[in-house]
Amino acid sequence: MLPIGTQAPDFSLHVTPDQKIKLSELKGKKVILAFYPADWSPVCGDELALYNQTLKFFHKHHAEIIGISVDSKWCHLAFSQDRKLHFPLLADFEPKGAVSKLYDVYDEVEGESKRALYVIDEEGVIRWNYLSPMGMNPGADGILDALEEMDKK
Amino acid sequence: MAKLKPAVNSNDHIQGNEDAPIELVQYGDYQCPHCGRAYPIIKSIQKKLGNNVKFVFRNFPLSEIHPNAMHAALAAEAASAQNKFWEMHDIIYENQQHLYDVDLVKYAVKIGLDPKQFKADFEAPQYLEKIEIDFESGVRSGVNGTPSFFINGQKYDEDWDEAPFLAHLRSLI
Repeated sequence: MLPIGTQAPDFSLHVTPDQKIKLSELKGKKVILAFYPADWSPVCGDELALYNQTLKFFHKHHAEIIGISVDSKWCHLAFSQDRKLHFPLLADFEPKGAVSKLYDVYDEVEGESKRALYVIDEEGVIRWNYLSPMGMNPGADGILDALEEMDKK
Repeated sequence: MAKLKPAVNSNDHIQGNEDAPIELVQYGDYQCPHCGRAYPIIKSIQKKLGNNVKFVFRNFPLSEIHPNAMHAALAAEAASAQNKFWEMHDIIYENQQHLYDVDLVKYAVKIGLDPKQFKADFEAPQYLEKIEIDFESGVRSGVNGTPSFFINGQKYDEDWDEAPFLAHLRSLI
């Protein structure tokens, strides 16, 4: 993973079929990047379903969460509607996995992003990172501990 | 390893021997099918471990994917006002396919709650607040889905099918 203290590389990806998000546009806010393998994973233990319910805890720290996978913008749209997600999903679709590779969290064998988290501060600097063991949902406690720590300074 | 924060306290629903060597805490969602599968397993474990286990239930409703989970949790909390939390908890898990408000009222009557008081408590803000406190404690403790279990304050990420779960718990006595 990219080390803590480095500038988060900028990127621009589709967030809806006709709209893109550029990381640098979010300067001034804390950003949580949640890379995950694929849409449509089973529901109850699902990481995104959990983050969907913990948004208010992130917002308390002025942090926005963004999901990133190699699924297409159309797939994200359907998935997001089905799961009633209230945060954006970015399509790391073309060239496939380019941003995941840039953040050193691409699984070449599966052709998917690894399950990994980055917390980026208001200046675009990586302040926390976490690579989840295979098949493990990392929960939200690590993110919240990191955000709390950042607010102390 | 994720730790239970805060530790079990007087705000919790506790079943069994307070001084048991094993403290088993579950974060659960009443509409979650996995929790439904865990329910008889926990019952059986409690029976087999008897005085050796204390069981605690905390709420973790994922209401965006389980639209009836929050009201079911409120119903159980409201039942606690008439000292029937566990009766409500049980009847909900035993009838998990039917969790609309009309069903919840039916269960309340069935377990002997005064329906008028139940309805008033169902809307009382302190029970919603209790559920939110449970949820936040779960998030801070590393709950990543339901059911999530903590044994003596440590998150348990292994298999919770009855045989391996029981074997693990017995090894702690």
